Amino acid sequence: MKRPLLAGLLVLLTTLTAWAQSTPMQDILQKHSDLIVKSSRKTIEPAIQGVAASGLPQAQDVMQAWQAKAMWMRKADGLFFRGEKLDSKTYRLFDFDTGAKVGDVPKSDLKQIKPNSGIRAMIATALVQFQLMDPDPVLRAEALSAIERAPDGKLLEPLRASIEGETDLVLKTRKIRIERLLTIAYDQDETTRIAAINEMSDDLGLDVRATLNPLVTTTLTAFAGDVPNTVNVARVLEPDQDSLSSDAAYEVLVAQGMAPAQITRDDIRTALLEHSDGADAGGVPIAQLNTDAARARAYAALTDAGLVPPLVTDADVAASLGTHSFAEVYDEPSAAITTAAQDALDRITTRVAAGQAVDLTLDALSLVSIYFLAAIGLAITFGVMGVINMAHGEFIMMGAYTGYVVQQMVPNHTVSILMAVPLAFAVTFAAGVAMERLVIRWLYNRPLETLLATFGISIALQQLAKNIFGTQARPLTAPGWLDGAWVLNDVVSISYIRIAIFVLALIFLGVFLFIMRRTRLGLETRAVTQNRSMAASMGINPERVNMLTFGLGSGIAGIAGVAIGLFAKVTSELGSDYIVQSFMTVVVGGVGNIWGTLAGATMIGFFQKGVEWLNPSNTLAAQTYMIVFIIIFIQFRPRGIIALKGRAAGD
Amino acid sequence: MPNTFLTRTPSNVIFLIVLAAFALGVTVLAEGSGIGVISTSFVKTLGKTLCLALVAVAMDLVWGYTGILSLGHFAFFGLGGYMIGMWLMYARTHGIVVSSMADAPIPPTEGEIVEAIGNQIFGVVGSSEFPLVWAFADSFTIQLILVVAVPGLLALVFGWLAFRSRVTGVYLSILTQAMTLALALYLFQNDSGLRGNNGLSGLQNLPGLDHVPQAQISIWFFWASAAALALGYVFAAWLVSGKFGSVMRGIRDNEARVRFLGYSVEGYKLFVFTATAMIAGVAGALYYPQAGIINPAEIAPIASIYLAVWVAIGGRGRLYGAAIGAVFVSLVSSWFTGGQAPDLNLGFYTLKWVDWWLIVLGFSFVLVTLFAPKGIGGLVDLWTDRKSPDRHEADLGPDAGALREQEASQ
Amino acid sequence: MSRLLEVSGVSVSFDGFKAINNLSFAIGDAEMRAIIGPNGAGKTTFMDIVTGKTRPDEGRVTWGERNISLLGMSEARIAREGVGRKFQKPTVFEDQTVKENLLMALKANRNPFTVMFYRASAQDLSRVDALAEEIGLSDALDRKSGELSHGQKQWLEIGMLLAQEPRLLLVDEPAAGMTPAEREHTTEILVEAAKTRAVVVVEHDMEFVRRLDCRVTVLHEGSVLAEGSLDHVTANQQVIDVYLGR
Repeated sequence: MKRPLLAGLLVLLTTLTAWAQSTPMQDILQKHSDLIVKSSRKTIEPAIQGVAASGLPQAQDVMQAWQAKAMWMRKADGLFFRGEKLDSKTYRLFDFDTGAKVGDVPKSDLKQIKPNSGIRAMIATALVQFQLMDPDPVLRAEALSAIERAPDGKLLEPLRASIEGETDLVLKTRKIRIERLLTIAYDQDETTRIAAINEMSDDLGLDVRATLNPLVTTTLTAFAGDVPNTVNVARVLEPDQDSLSSDAAYEVLVAQGMAPAQITRDDIRTALLEHSDGADAGGVPIAQLNTDAARARAYAALTDAGLVPPLVTDADVAASLGTHSFAEVYDEPSAAITTAAQDALDRITTRVAAGQAVDLTLDALSLVSIYFLAAIGLAITFGVMGVINMAHGEFIMMGAYTGYVVQQMVPNHTVSILMAVPLAFAVTFAAGVAMERLVIRWLYNRPLETLLATFGISIALQQLAKNIFGTQARPLTAPGWLDGAWVLNDVVSISYIRIAIFVLALIFLGVFLFIMRRTRLGLETRAVTQNRSMAASMGINPERVNMLTFGLGSGIAGIAGVAIGLFAKVTSELGSDYIVQSFMTVVVGGVGNIWGTLAGATMIGFFQKGVEWLNPSNTLAAQTYMIVFIIIFIQFRPRGIIALKGRAAGD
Repeated sequence: MPNTFLTRTPSNVIFLIVLAAFALGVTVLAEGSGIGVISTSFVKTLGKTLCLALVAVAMDLVWGYTGILSLGHFAFFGLGGYMIGMWLMYARTHGIVVSSMADAPIPPTEGEIVEAIGNQIFGVVGSSEFPLVWAFADSFTIQLILVVAVPGLLALVFGWLAFRSRVTGVYLSILTQAMTLALALYLFQNDSGLRGNNGLSGLQNLPGLDHVPQAQISIWFFWASAAALALGYVFAAWLVSGKFGSVMRGIRDNEARVRFLGYSVEGYKLFVFTATAMIAGVAGALYYPQAGIINPAEIAPIASIYLAVWVAIGGRGRLYGAAIGAVFVSLVSSWFTGGQAPDLNLGFYTLKWVDWWLIVLGFSFVLVTLFAPKGIGGLVDLWTDRKSPDRHEADLGPDAGALREQEASQ
Repeated sequence: MSRLLEVSGVSVSFDGFKAINNLSFAIGDAEMRAIIGPNGAGKTTFMDIVTGKTRPDEGRVTWGERNISLLGMSEARIAREGVGRKFQKPTVFEDQTVKENLLMALKANRNPFTVMFYRASAQDLSRVDALAEEIGLSDALDRKSGELSHGQKQWLEIGMLLAQEPRLLLVDEPAAGMTPAEREHTTEILVEAAKTRAVVVVEHDMEFVRRLDCRVTVLHEGSVLAEGSLDHVTANQQVIDVYLGR
């Protein structure tokens, strides 16, 4: 009882003397001088605590200097100062306590205190409590970020203390939120923690889940006999039931030292090797040890000789498991807290799942838009005209490269995209018209030959793009205002670029419907596709109509190319990545009907996202299943989702 | 007279004689069996080309004669390669593992050997377990059966689904292309059990024949390829010579009419589709040991389209045309893309064939479709002065059957 | 006379348009019947239904002595049951010779595996020769059928139909585009065929129908308007109104 008293007196005495000399900070530093100079992360804690807990106004100053490697020790008397560099040889020293200038000292008389990064981080944590009160709101915000990065129970009190005086409303809200989280994690009082947990259980923030999750971690533990009621049990497990295999259960026993380890085949091999005399092992000639049975026999002999531990048989395992019970035990001892945390997490999980469903739907919608964009040109050339154009993907690629070239010339991204869209349309429209004039019109009514001829064009165009632009991917950068995402909450967000593509798809749908239903070209196209000779006799020039319609479909592919290029890298293979899916979209939807194409894109997009959601690690599998699904789907609706019926469908 | 079907068509006899002469010539000139004018790698190229000719003959049966433009036959070809590749890789790794474990202080058990083989083969995809599809990899006989059984079964199931729902024309082509893409994507995954995009490699080494030089092995495979081509050709010629051939061409030209004659068109299509898939599997099983490696990229849809290109350039609807097309285009392609062709200096620009060959091929293909729909085989017609049927209606190619029916119903 | 084919209460509609409306029709063994009617009366659709190309929305189609239903059978199956059909436009396999065309049509097992090993026997060849004789194409046996004239193609198709040895022949406008002499020959072939089997002829040409000298069924808007001898139906006022009166 005497010693602490004495020590207390001593401290008091020192403080008093320090007060008398009015160098209290220097004294603290001197007290920990060895530790500070040694500067080891393992031992520095008391020194930092000493400074931080001193309650002195100059503490923050000291620690900032320390952290910034601006603390110097005068070799002559071992006193610490803040140093400012005057020139390469001379430093100006300032006293920590008074802040007064001490003098200009040559560098050779000084020793710099260089805390390593670990120590600097510790200082930073200690500094946080000062920064929380700092008049500069930027520093206060930084301090809060520091707490979020590395939560620490010691900061709870200073944080609470700082909330009252906080003037900035945003910072105050943040402080309160962080205080709640720290309370959940570190507060000593159980009721307070539970209250905090309940309060935060409506919050979808990742940080809330990160705070709650450690409270409900469990460890699989084995107990001799029944599970004692002194521990906080999450659930009792029965080996071979309740998702606990008996192997796993036995491993827990072994790990807890409650049962001997099982002898694996490798163990047997090692043991035999150890106990072989060159010719025999366990009485069996080595040459015969090439079956598991022979090895078991030899091992049994070694066991009998007492040289190796006996095998653990299945019966042994069963016996051990029978006399033990297993439970997942919460690492947090308080049942009230784990229950509250689990409830809160359950509530959050439900809401997160709902959010994820929304997010997935948005994702799927944007995939639908992409497929729709890629397929809509095809819906015209293939769906309306019946021309199967394997080079359609290459028109998409040409559009994307047009966008890239424009961007090389016009540096402003907004302007360049606005220019690229009509240019891409013009380029691919021209290419489409040229192809129709030169190749396709000779092959009407010979669909398989059209397929092969356009495939020839496709490989030629792809190689041409490779020769011109090289094999590496070219970037097509979206304008700045399309960067970022529209964030609804921590779970649901969608990038602006995807919204833009969705809007573009809607616009395309509108334009298509307008052209087909309200314009002369649309009327003539429908007339020519339905009855060419009749249309011709009514004064429509089918050649011209075919040319323009094909050009239109190709031009739309070009615009789709610009859109697709914005989020995918532009390569010569860009088009071929989409061609099969595009054809599938049109076929599944029902040929000759734009709503069918939309329905096809919707089905394929949602199906693919759905499969990806079930098996998120494997997008290749999603595509495989999607195609298999389409093949089966066509069994039941050979003419697609929206089929033309009766005689109009032809046979 | 079992051979009448062969002798009735002179082109069959000529083809077989030319093939025999070619095989003999290569044997005499090759490094492994003759005077060594032809290098081993070129013998392999020629052997591979014969395999491509075989799959082209199969393609001709299904497309040129029956009118089904399948864009999936290279998938069957690849599957055949995978099936034989599994045995080659397993057996060879088995040999290596056994000899490396021979020095171990304790002889390995069967289980340890299998485990070590698994480590060797699947280490590259971060696994060591044998997937289920490798269950028979240790048996040469079973894998040999699988070479025809797996492509055949896939073709049977797919064909049954597609034909019974009366998917025809370009729709069927797109559907077969989708099947090919699905298969390729599936094989690209590491957990497909076939080593993902690494594929199977080292297939040129025959297990237990390490002492035989590649020059010798290459000529063996060349002979086997030539024999397979000859057998496949004779089978195809026999099939198309009789009433079955009539029905096939009937289906190509007017499917509905054949149906009203009482033939179940679906059954015939399914038979042709499946049988040709099996032939393609055999061709693949001979091709890939000569290539040495197979990976999913080989199965990509574009390969099957190239197959159609070969047949079209050679001249579809005639067996020798398909074989000639495959041999001609693949040899010329490998000459141009292999860097052997001299660059063309145009003064302002030097044309590198490696870069420009595909463009030339693509456009020449368009030209063939537009101006020479009979392909190289059309030249033979000029030679023999064979007259085409003088049709009263517009020239309706093999694909236009549906059109005619459409007209008929109007 | 037993009934070979009986169609009762059959209706079918395309996109709301009733092509066939509660149609009933029956024909016995060895009977010749002509079906006439204006365009759009449902003649071709009727044939489509019998041959299995179109499925009716309601009604029954029964066949043969055992009254089996033809609905739900495939086209090929119905053809094997003994229903032969000749299309409006001659559809022969133009890329193949007349002989190959006839051999393909010859009644035989249609199973792919049997067909694969099929080689024409002497009996088959003589049957082909006899048929060629009947349709006047003996000299053209080895010619590609694409080289034949329009009328010859029509005959070849009739020959193929006979080679199938069907119990019921459905013939769609056999005389279209023929010269008078060719028509006469066609009439002879059909009348001869009707002695041993049922023949249904769809025809526009009244003169040709008159020469067939058989019962006539008049179709209008998808159902039967009148039935009887040609003179009987042409005297019917309704028939005159809808068809002949125009």
